[in-house]
Amino acid sequence: MDYNEPVLKVRNLNVSYGQLNALKNINVDIPRRGVTAILGPSGCGKTTLLKSFNRLVELNPEAKVSGEILLDGVNVNNPDYDVIDLRKRVGMIGQVPTPLPMSVYDNVAFGPRMHGLDGENTAARVERCLRAAGLWEEMKNRLREPANRLSVGQQQRLSLARALAVEPEVLLCDEPTSALDPVSAKHVEDQLMGLKKEYCILFVTHTLRQAKRISDYVLFMYMGELVEHGPARRMFTQPTDTRTKEYVEGVIG
Amino acid sequence: MKPSAVEESLFRGLMILSTALVVGSLLAVFASVAFKGLPALSVEMITQTPKGGYYIGKEGGILNAIVGSLYLAIGATALSLLLGLPVALFLTEVCGDTRTASYYRRVLDVLCGVPSIVYGAFVFTIMIVLRARASLLYGIVAVTLFEFPLMTRAIDEVLKKVPQRLRETTYALGATRWEVATRVVTRQALPGILSAFLLCFGRAIGDAAAVLLTVGYTDNIPTSLSDQAATLPLAVFFQLATPMPEVQQRAYASGIILLVIVITLSLASRWGSKKLTRYINR
Repeated sequence: MDYNEPVLKVRNLNVSYGQLNALKNINVDIPRRGVTAILGPSGCGKTTLLKSFNRLVELNPEAKVSGEILLDGVNVNNPDYDVIDLRKRVGMIGQVPTPLPMSVYDNVAFGPRMHGLDGENTAARVERCLRAAGLWEEMKNRLREPANRLSVGQQQRLSLARALAVEPEVLLCDEPTSALDPVSAKHVEDQLMGLKKEYCILFVTHTLRQAKRISDYVLFMYMGELVEHGPARRMFTQPTDTRTKEYVEGVIG
Repeated sequence: MKPSAVEESLFRGLMILSTALVVGSLLAVFASVAFKGLPALSVEMITQTPKGGYYIGKEGGILNAIVGSLYLAIGATALSLLLGLPVALFLTEVCGDTRTASYYRRVLDVLCGVPSIVYGAFVFTIMIVLRARASLLYGIVAVTLFEFPLMTRAIDEVLKKVPQRLRETTYALGATRWEVATRVVTRQALPGILSAFLLCFGRAIGDAAAVLLTVGYTDNIPTSLSDQAATLPLAVFFQLATPMPEVQQRAYASGIILLVIVITLSLASRWGSKKLTRYINR
């Protein structure tokens, strides 16, 4: 994996909600391919950092954001940058599986239809994305069923398929397995592992074991600060910061 | 008995008592209307318009009022949905949890509390200025004005219950606010919107005061918006005001018809909601 060519560069990123400084001066480069885990205890700003990448933080009217996020060298944090275009390029899977109130098929087709994507007919795209999410075999005869009838594990893979259908370059995953049972969680994780050769996957987790299992690169956050970041192996075996060391050894967190 | 058990049974008793009171008075209304009205209820009542002498106890029915009521309620409720849905979407999707939104909500709440006769009188004033005569159109306008705040607040409450993560998910797919509001939030809220619609429909069809000054009264079935129209509550009112017992009985029979329409609607709304909940998240 080539770490020399980052897809996302964060420069002096600060986010605050009212009095609370959720992110304090974050600077980091995110590799173009592979799984980058954002690790840290609850409330350390992991999700805020993640939602900064697709500017979903802006939905909170109290949020104040400053600094730059460069996607392929272009500052997407600039108010002039088209946020719709950004969210097409940076897809997201939420913590709780959230099917849209429509059929399985329409869930996956929602994004492409909305953005008027062409070059592939919708049915073919839906099939391809459901396959990529490991859901096609289960769903091929249930495409017209309401998506809320699916099990939560299936719903989360449907979220993945729905995000993929918009053809993003980056996938943001906000603890996508934390609401699932272990078997479903493994299934979702396996699908993401299969996608990491083609996508930049940013994966928020507070589970150390999961981060060890899946990540190629690790960001460790604590109290709104990016404490340390680096390739996964080094981060787990030779952390330089004492806080990282304590977290990795299970003393804090 | 332990004090906690005494407390438990005391409140249980109070709850049963208040439920019995509410259900009991409702049943009492049904019973008295049915008891007084059933002898006068006939097929002619719902298939004929009043013939000459109907109001002194001769031949005819109140089809004119049934049709007039339906026209009025459908027109006004449809209009207030057309006005109310965008306003409710504005409150939840654009204003969010801001001061502005709570200010608008308070204004709407005050409007909800204004008696319907005031809306009737307001429209009547406009009619005087315009030198217009009472007609179905002005009746619909008056009822729309009085339904609009109810409809808006009812839909607003439904939209507020749409989970925030559903909005986030849709925004994260690159949707604009318009797409979030129209394609996802409204869709998720559809069963609730249907309930709000039928709640307001019931209020519209049962209201007499807003139309008393604005819609006029006629024995004919209205054929255009500029015709006068009769409504069921007005029919009840006028028949009850006569001194003849047989006409008064017909007032109760008209009341039964009104009740049946409202009950049918509320059952239909339950059935419709169930159909629409197929796709939504809970």
